[in-house]
Amino acid sequence: MSTTTTSESRSRGKAPAGERVADWADGRLGIYSLAKANMRKIFPDHWSFMLGEICLYSFIIIILTGVYLTLFFHPSMNEVEYHGSYVPLQGQLMSEAFASTLDISFDVRGGLLIRQIHHWAAIIFLAGMFVHMMRVFFTGAFRKPREINWLFGFLLFVLGMFTGFTGYSLPDDLLSGTGVRFTQGAILSVPIVGTYISFFLFGGEFPGTDFVARFYSIHILLLPGIMLGLVVGHLILVFYHKHTQFAGPGKSNKNVVGMPLLPVYMAKAGGFFFLVFGLIAALAGIASVNPIWVLGPYRPDQVSTGAQPDWYMGFAEGLVRAMPGWEIDFWGHTLVLGVFVPLVLFGLFLGVIALYPFIESWITGDKREHHILDRPRNAPTRTAFGVAWVTGYMIMLIGGGNDIIATHFHLSINAVTWFVRIGFFAGPILAFIITKRICLGLQRRDRDKVLHGRETGTIKRLPHGEFIEVHEPLSQEALHTLTAHEQYKPAEIGPTVDENGVERKVKGSEKLRAKLSDAYFGEDAQIPKPTVEDYKEITSGHGHH
Amino acid sequence: MSSQDIPEEKLPAERASAPGAVDVADEKNPFADPGLPPHEHRIQDVDERAAKRSERTVALLFTVSMLATVAFIAAFVAIPVDKAVYVWPLGHISALNLALGLTLGLALFCIGAGAVHWARTLMSDVEIADERHPIEASPEVRAKVHADFRQGAKESALGRRKLIRNTMFGALTLVPLSGVVLLRDLGPLPEEKLRHTLWKRGKLLVNMNTNEPLRPSDVAVGSLTFAKPEGLEEHDHDFQNEIAKAALMIVRLQPGDIKDKRELEWSHEGIVAYSKICTHVGCPISLYEQQTHHVLCPCHQSTFDLSDGARVIFGPAGHALPQLRIGVNDEGYLEALGDFEEPVGPAFWERG
Repeated sequence: MSTTTTSESRSRGKAPAGERVADWADGRLGIYSLAKANMRKIFPDHWSFMLGEICLYSFIIIILTGVYLTLFFHPSMNEVEYHGSYVPLQGQLMSEAFASTLDISFDVRGGLLIRQIHHWAAIIFLAGMFVHMMRVFFTGAFRKPREINWLFGFLLFVLGMFTGFTGYSLPDDLLSGTGVRFTQGAILSVPIVGTYISFFLFGGEFPGTDFVARFYSIHILLLPGIMLGLVVGHLILVFYHKHTQFAGPGKSNKNVVGMPLLPVYMAKAGGFFFLVFGLIAALAGIASVNPIWVLGPYRPDQVSTGAQPDWYMGFAEGLVRAMPGWEIDFWGHTLVLGVFVPLVLFGLFLGVIALYPFIESWITGDKREHHILDRPRNAPTRTAFGVAWVTGYMIMLIGGGNDIIATHFHLSINAVTWFVRIGFFAGPILAFIITKRICLGLQRRDRDKVLHGRETGTIKRLPHGEFIEVHEPLSQEALHTLTAHEQYKPAEIGPTVDENGVERKVKGSEKLRAKLSDAYFGEDAQIPKPTVEDYKEITSGHGHH
Repeated sequence: MSSQDIPEEKLPAERASAPGAVDVADEKNPFADPGLPPHEHRIQDVDERAAKRSERTVALLFTVSMLATVAFIAAFVAIPVDKAVYVWPLGHISALNLALGLTLGLALFCIGAGAVHWARTLMSDVEIADERHPIEASPEVRAKVHADFRQGAKESALGRRKLIRNTMFGALTLVPLSGVVLLRDLGPLPEEKLRHTLWKRGKLLVNMNTNEPLRPSDVAVGSLTFAKPEGLEEHDHDFQNEIAKAALMIVRLQPGDIKDKRELEWSHEGIVAYSKICTHVGCPISLYEQQTHHVLCPCHQSTFDLSDGARVIFGPAGHALPQLRIGVNDEGYLEALGDFEEPVGPAFWERG
């Protein structure tokens, strides 16, 4: 060994161990260039930005606990006689899947806890994604450049639903088996290929002896594998695009203001993982979820009343319950509209949310990047559309529990069902109109605050006896924040006659866009934000009361 | 699309302020961006005693976490897996599960609470502004990439040598077919399987609960009896598949109450047998209202009138429940007089 290398290695040897490991890794992975861009990356602070974190952490918790459960669960439909420690079911015939789930719950120490953490985390994962998507939607965070990340998130939500469904079907208990039967009935309703899909999926007639094993590989391998990839892609894009922020002093479309990843967000986000995990663990300790031993093993000729899927499947359940039983028989075939229409509606209702960013960008024609979030009131039509969608979703969620509503509130099941049938169409329209009015009202209030200042609550009596409330002008920070949003003008159909006087054909899509644009940004759709001129005219004393 | 592009001047003006720049509110623009507000010190920034207090709080939280983990292990070892405790308002629950959940929850939560408290009170809370750069590449980079691609495409000669291109596309289109063909053995073809059940002429109706053949006298007015075909036992390999189609529900009506003519013909002394499997999506029907002779599927609330050919009177089901023709054999037992005349359970494309 030459002297130069020894002296160099000695000088390196003096460096702290962490630095030497980092140097070693950098020589092979180039981590310093990565860290340069990311170690002190800035994240803006807002409570709503942690909703996505809840999803990420519950996803990690699901994977960790799921791996544990695979060590004990037997994905088999072989019939066995139960001889475990849960006395009421001893001697009963059941599938190995059900028996091993009982073992996890009663014989494996801590097994019940991990099972309940897994199930609670799944419920919270889906709920977290739902609320996180609402946050992104209502603040316009899906706009360029984040449309693809919106799609990733949407796919995660949809795949999450199916992973949840295949997961809670695995124990092969009476409730989940009923849910699988429902799914099989829905598959049968698909024209032409439905019967074949059902026979291929179940390895023959329902229930057969295959579906637990098949759902198992879908639940633990196929879907989570895709989802893991999507989560990683989602996070890479969050880092790459940098986080959005709300308008405010010092914040622009060209910067991002907040605290650095190291140390603040490392501690806050890392800590938040433990908070979420801790709360879910405590929840799993005190609150039972999916107590399959109460329900018993699945038998296709038995059922319990009040059968409910996990909440995220309630929307589909509602569609199926509310739809009238239309069937058309023709030429020896049956078109099962009563089940197939809900199936199609389910896809369409969710799909429109996936496409929304592209629809809106087509209407605005805006091709710029947007990193400043909208306050929901400043995009009244979008906000109204979102609330209408959520209203439709919630009404179907009520529809999915129509029996529970009827028994708890002593209502007629028929009345509840009719309410859902009508409400699914009327509810979103009403919600749209009301939300838009509220948004416009809030815009007017912002305008008043900017132009006339905030109400102080101080009442002053003028010399001639009149009482007035003193208004205090806003600070420059507040003035800036309340006027920072952009307002689009409605798109117009360009001149229909060119410079040579030749008439050009106006395309239908152009007309449609002009109409939509007017609905979004026309006179009735937004309150003009105060201009500097408005402000000066009022504050200069003219017309001031 | 380009003819529909909105001209730049129609779009709202881009916000002008440069990152970090402080615009003074002047006569010209009272709404100008005043820039980041000055940093406000927390008590921990100015008072070392307060900072020490925060440090102790964080350390306490981490210590509680350690103790909780010790408690978790102790509970795991000490509490029997089958011990139940009564906890208000949860009722009788597993003592081990409660102890493990609470200690694990506390151990995790305290780590999180400590880290967040540390970040909020002791780490710098000075806001920093980072610049954003456009995602789009610069025109030069864009031009270079396009040129490289064209060069690469040209060198591959894909466009020129059409024979290679076409056969390659052909091969790539065909090769996934092997994968599709491999899926064929996922299951048998449907054939007539959904049309037939175990019921046939002469099969006795066996009470599901007692496992005894039913006599007409066993079926009382106002009660709902579930039955299966004789010879089908729980231990049978195909029990689940067969019962999913053959499950039967039996009620006794006053013959005078039966409105449907065929129903009356297929009944025996007012005893009627219908498929228990709902024609909506296949749930077993189990709720019977004896006054009205309505049965209700508890899954999606389809309601059928058993005194009128089991036609649908409410809910999402699309057609009536199939009826099984029954009679009495020489020994006085109820028996089937054939299979169902139509497929039981949910409708499907080939049902007709």
